Formats: sequence, structure tokens, C-alpha cells
Amino acid sequence: MYTTELGKPDAKAPVAIGGEDPALVAAFEARVAADEFIEPKDWMPEAYRRTLVRQISQHAHSEIVGMLPEGNWLTRAPSLRRKAVLLAKVQDEGGHGLYLYCAAETLGTSRDEMIDALHSGKAKYSTIFNYPTLTWADIGAIGWLVDGAAIMNQVPLQRTSYGPYARAMVRVCKEESFHQRQGYEIMMALAGGTPDQKAMAQDALNRWWWPSIMMFGPPDDNSPNSAQSMRWRIKRDTNDELRQKFVDVTVPQAEYIGLTVPDPDLVWNADKGGYDFGAIDWEEFYAVVRGEGPVAKERMKARRDAWDEGAWVREAASAYEATRAARRAA
Amino acid sequence: MSREWPLWEVFIRTKGGLSHRHAGSVHAPDPELAMRHARDTYTRRMEGVSLWVVRSSDIVASDPAQDGPMFEPAEGKIYRHPTFYEIPDVVKHI
Ligand SMILES: [Fe+2]
Ligand SMILES: [Fe+2]
Repeated sequence: MYTTELGKPDAKAPVAIGGEDPALVAAFEARVAADEFIEPKDWMPEAYRRTLVRQISQHAHSEIVGMLPEGNWLTRAPSLRRKAVLLAKVQDEGGHGLYLYCAAETLGTSRDEMIDALHSGKAKYSTIFNYPTLTWADIGAIGWLVDGAAIMNQVPLQRTSYGPYARAMVRVCKEESFHQRQGYEIMMALAGGTPDQKAMAQDALNRWWWPSIMMFGPPDDNSPNSAQSMRWRIKRDTNDELRQKFVDVTVPQAEYIGLTVPDPDLVWNADKGGYDFGAIDWEEFYAVVRGEGPVAKERMKARRDAWDEGAWVREAASAYEATRAARRAA
Repeated sequence: MSREWPLWEVFIRTKGGLSHRHAGSVHAPDPELAMRHARDTYTRRMEGVSLWVVRSSDIVASDPAQDGPMFEPAEGKIYRHPTFYEIPDVVKHI
């Protein structure tokens, strides 16, 4: 997911950092266990702070980088209506990034530092955005599947233990539902169109299905930091629980529009009341995390170019304000 | 890297008759741009009829470590609440 622990398990992941007052740690743990919200100025363990900065900034980066694959189709949307909708969606994603950077900043890391970490390749973002958007149907598939998976992940985060993050998620979730619906509507139109259009929709589903269910992150037995994050109520559900939920709600949506989920092992399991599905190729996932995704380099270049080419605007605005401040002081 | 734009807190009045409520924050070099960024970031769906932006550094906050001394005295003064007073049921309109 946007927020999942990316990269191979880190054996020396911090659990408790030496030197912290045990009484403070105990009081903190009790507050979190009682479902209280932690606010910026409250005392918190250093490991909690670091985990949050990493998770929230990674989530923010994913929103911002996520604008790129869809932005790619803005000028080629098939109608004015589709274009207005896509523009609004992409703008929302920019807004989500901003809410999240602000939430992370309350933990004492500046937005410039976070953006610098993204552009220098130190910070991660969701692997899903390192796949290309080849046809218009990909815009449908992204809204339906990628935003659908994001919703699955973000709804429980509205009750995450860190107040500013939870509040940002409330705002994001309010806006997210339209993203998924407009995507499904695109798929519905294509699937009900000419044979070529239907084939285009099926092709998009074929390419986006597996990356979408990988978005929930590694399986629970290979996700060592999950337990700590669950205990601290940063995470509310495990990767596998969320993935299962997503598969269960999405398969009938595909069936309804006559598309086939590209998984020969997919079968309804009446006993568990959910679908069984085929094995996920985690080596592909880790390769994409390492920056080997089909368009990873292009994405980062687009980000850096946008940042560099906007520098003069940021500087001019600062210079203008500095001149006015000097005049006010005179 | 040039100096980062300062942070502003954004408050929205969602409709006439209600108070402004904190919505989040934005970065901006000056009040006018802070207002524009606040509008673009927090009111894309008619979320408000009025906006305030305040330099974050101008906000004075209470210290959470002092919550006890700060707020406890009020807890001990339950006679400030109407339920503290026992009045027989037969007495109406009070
Ligand atoms: Fe988003
Ligand atoms: Fe979205």
C-alpha cells in the first residue's frame, strides 16, 4: 500500500530506543492501548516518531508521484467530461500529498527535507506508480483498482493513533470514493463498447490486477514491523486481511462488467466466505521497490524536473515578500 | 536549496452561523498566497464560506506536559454545573 513497509525486512528495526524514561514509555503505551490520540506536542517514543515520519511521508510521496501516470492522459482524455473529471482527480491527489506532508511536518521533519529524500532516491513511494499507463483503459483501471485498494487501506487509518495523520485520512477518505467510481465508470463504458474497447479494458485489468493486490505489501509472515505498528495502533489491519477484503469486493465488480480477473487459481471458498487466489510474485514486487519498475527513472526525472523548473517561482515569491517586509519595516 | 516558505494554519467556516474550525496547514511566502493555497488545498468541494490563515509561529499553545495543573482545577469545581444542585421534581421550569 501507499504506507506499507517497503523493502526487505529490516532486522535492526527499532523497537525501543535506550535511554527513554520507562515511565514515559509505559504511559504512552497505555494511552495508545486505550485508543487515545497522540498529538504533536505529546511525549512519544523516538521509534514511534520515526516510524510515523517514514510512513506518512511515504504516503505523501505516493500521492504526489501518483499524479504522474494519470497526468499522462489529461490532454488525451476522450471527452471534455472525462477530462474535467480526471483533472479534478489528479488535483485531489496533489491535495492528499499536501495534507500528508503537513501531518508529517508536525513530527519535526520539514517538507523540504522529505521532498529532498524523495528526489535523492532515499525515500520510497508506492510501487504501483512505476508501471506505465499505456492506454486510456489504464486510467479506468487505476481509478477502480488502485484507488480502490487505497480506500481499503485508508479507511482504517482514520483511526490511526497519531491525531494529525488520522485527521488527514478523514479528509482523504471523503474525496477518494469519487476516484474509484469514475474509474469503474470508464471500465464499464469500455467493457460495454466495441470488441476492441472491451479488449482494451481486459488488457488494462490484466496488467493492473497483480500490481494492485501487491499494493497491500508483503504477506503478514514476512512483515516484521507490522506487529509493532499494530500495537501502536499506527496500523489497524494486517496486509493479508486488507488484501483479502479487496479481492472479495473487487472480483464481483469485474464479473458484473464481463471482465475476467487474470488469475487461474481464483476460486470462491465457501468455508472462509472469501476467494482463494494464486501466489503473488514477490520478487517482482521487491524489484520494483528497488527502482527497477518499468518507468521508475522516468517518474523520478519528472518529479525532479518539476521541482527544479519551479524554483524560480518559489524564489520570486520569497523575494517579493522580503521586499515588502523591508518596506513595512522602513 | 532556498529557504522554505513558512507554515500557516488554515481555519474554515463551513457555513454561516458556525465558528471557524482548524482544517490543516499550508506553506506560503505571504498572507495572500497563503489564502490562495488554503482555498485550493482545503475548499475544492464547497467546504466553506470563509477562510482564516494564521502564521503557525504566531500561535501560542498550552503545554501538554502541564495538562494537569492547567485543567484539573476546573474538574474539582463541579458546582459550576447545574446538575450539582438537587431540586425536588415538583418544582418546574428550573
Ligand atoms: Fe489519494
Ligand atoms: Fe485517489
